[in-house]
Amino acid sequence: MAIPNTQINHLLDREYAAGFVTDIDTDRVPPGLNEDAIRLISAKKQEPQFLLDWRLKAYRHWQTMPLPQWSSVHYPPIDYNAISYYSSPKSRKHAPASLEEIDPKLLETYAKLGIPLEEQELLAGVAVDAVFDSVSVATTYKNKLAEHGIIFCSFSEAVRDHPDLIQQYLGSVVPPTDNFYASLNSAVFSDGSFVFVPKGVRCPMELSTYFRINAANTGQFERTLIIAEEGSYVSYLEGCTAPMRDENQLHAAVVELVALKDAQIRYSTVQNWYPGDAQGRGGIYNFVTKRGACRGDNAHISWTQVETGSAITWKYPSVILEGDNAIGEFYSVALTNNFQQADTGTKMIHIGKNTRSTIISKGISARQGRNAYRGLVKVLKGADGARNYTQCDSLLIGDRCGAHTFPYIEVKNPTARVEHEASTSRIGEDQLFYCRSRGLSAEDAVTLIVNGFCKQVFNELPMEFAVEAQKLLGVNLEGAVG
Amino acid sequence: MNAMLTIKDLHVSVDGKAILNGIDLTINAGEVHAIMGPNGSGKSTFSQVLAGREQFEVTHGSIHYADQDLLTLPPEDRARAGIFLAFQYPVEIPGVSNIYLLRTALNTIRKQRGETELDAMDFLTLVKERAALMRMDEDLLYRSVNTGFSGGEKKRNEILQLLLLEPRLAILDETDSGLDIDALQVVANGINSLRDNSRAFLLVTHYQRLLDYIKPDFVHVLTAGRLVKSGGPELALELEQRGYGWLEEATAGATP
Repeated sequence: MAIPNTQINHLLDREYAAGFVTDIDTDRVPPGLNEDAIRLISAKKQEPQFLLDWRLKAYRHWQTMPLPQWSSVHYPPIDYNAISYYSSPKSRKHAPASLEEIDPKLLETYAKLGIPLEEQELLAGVAVDAVFDSVSVATTYKNKLAEHGIIFCSFSEAVRDHPDLIQQYLGSVVPPTDNFYASLNSAVFSDGSFVFVPKGVRCPMELSTYFRINAANTGQFERTLIIAEEGSYVSYLEGCTAPMRDENQLHAAVVELVALKDAQIRYSTVQNWYPGDAQGRGGIYNFVTKRGACRGDNAHISWTQVETGSAITWKYPSVILEGDNAIGEFYSVALTNNFQQADTGTKMIHIGKNTRSTIISKGISARQGRNAYRGLVKVLKGADGARNYTQCDSLLIGDRCGAHTFPYIEVKNPTARVEHEASTSRIGEDQLFYCRSRGLSAEDAVTLIVNGFCKQVFNELPMEFAVEAQKLLGVNLEGAVG
Repeated sequence: MNAMLTIKDLHVSVDGKAILNGIDLTINAGEVHAIMGPNGSGKSTFSQVLAGREQFEVTHGSIHYADQDLLTLPPEDRARAGIFLAFQYPVEIPGVSNIYLLRTALNTIRKQRGETELDAMDFLTLVKERAALMRMDEDLLYRSVNTGFSGGEKKRNEILQLLLLEPRLAILDETDSGLDIDALQVVANGINSLRDNSRAFLLVTHYQRLLDYIKPDFVHVLTAGRLVKSGGPELALELEQRGYGWLEEATAGATP
């Protein structure tokens, strides 16, 4: 039976809840991309020479690269000279020693987003490294983590305090010449997060970073590097949201994960950047390169992502399974509403023997939303006994949206086993009526059904994050979860 | 005193095709009514219209629930006002645990009644007790709603919802179909346990056998979208013996 589109469309009409702008003076580099701008960024951050050289090399390579044309997303050409590549809150000049010293306007902003730092510190036991525009403004629990030898700090601090680790690992998973946006990021990245977990240490708490884009016309280019030494464990959470803007904003981040022998890294993302308005104006271009390397035997990397925001999401968190018995996982929920586009998936590169990978992708499209899963499973010659299981499910809401699946499978070892399952379904009017006849509002019914669809992925998120993800999905689809 | 449900000259179309052609029916608190009729007579349409299904267009007539004009209320408001439909084909919702839907539904309706919401522990005690009454495997509470349930399990699950939500007006759409005798008895016991002076039931069924277990006060025959005959429980027995043919012929003759 036909879906009552007028009703569903009504449900999809809702304001972007995080659409507000913090009025705060920022220290900005004038728009424009050239070697001088890069030197200025590097100088402002008092970086060592090797890093400046690294940036310049990336920039020179980037200039030779053509724009990537292969994905299914569409957007007008970006004028890279119209973007300002560095922006930090002024109060950074006197870095705060505690939360009390932080600009109250910033704290207010986070409070509106429902992440009061003080409360998180006290109640949730979560260490928060809040990135406001380009500079980290607050790092909590650092001392407690230091007792375990864990380093959790902004990328800038890591460059200053641990240049040897940076030099050793930076670009070792995503080289500065990797792809168009990764090269751009390598040239101009401003800040980000750095995590180092030493041998045999199990990180006692979830590490969490909230990214937030604030200043207009400011591209944000974070760089995150996580290193888990032999036998260590860390779970890292990344949450994002941005205020309403009419212009499109470019976000080109790079995340590199390195898991050594027997180490495990869980990386979870909830991304809720401004998706643009109902007419498709504005919104974030989220062009991100995320990759992890399982560098030793039994290493284990999981990516879990809930992508509800951004005008365009274009990312493929991947795992290179180098060590024997290494495990790579990718769990994804991508929601596209109105004119949002998502082209997302993963790459699992099996190199070691008996390596295993699991891919669970859930795409939800509503209104004119376009959702594509694009994934590569590659089994190299030496990967005896490699196994992959892939499941791609698409849920359609309304009759004007689209879902596409592009699985690429390359197997060069005859002992490998690769499975791929895919399904496409529609939210049924009968499901809605069933829930409503039990007293649930239409909004709650849609949220319930969509959350059910995403359950396999939410199960992979840390508890408090799963609750937040469910809420976000509700907010992005209609009202709150019942 | 006002009747619980007053239906006057109800006409309903689906995709422009007339399904119900003028139904009049009054149901008072404490009564059990049975609607019987052949396939395609409009029984399921009738029950779903009462619950508020929006695909069915009411082209003429009125439905009042106590003093409320029911036709102005969306399905969720009808449910909150105490109307419950046990589905002929209960719907599967993958990934949503049965117990979560049950608790959400009950707390929504309790809130409407001005009662406090039940916390997880109190709810668990209640739902386990009611599930035992329906001889339902507890495992079914934790599985996805109706997903992979057998036909009989789905029907029991509907009645479990009935027992939890304790509606004022319960509409049971062919709850007996697909049940073996033992299951039928369990379902009937569940329904009977709720019978009292404040509640009313509308049983929609093909067969008399359900009425052996749930004794109706009134039996109505629906053919071609009209209630062509009403009577007491004895009418059901007569239908069992004679079928619907004689009524259909009689109506066809009477229609101009």
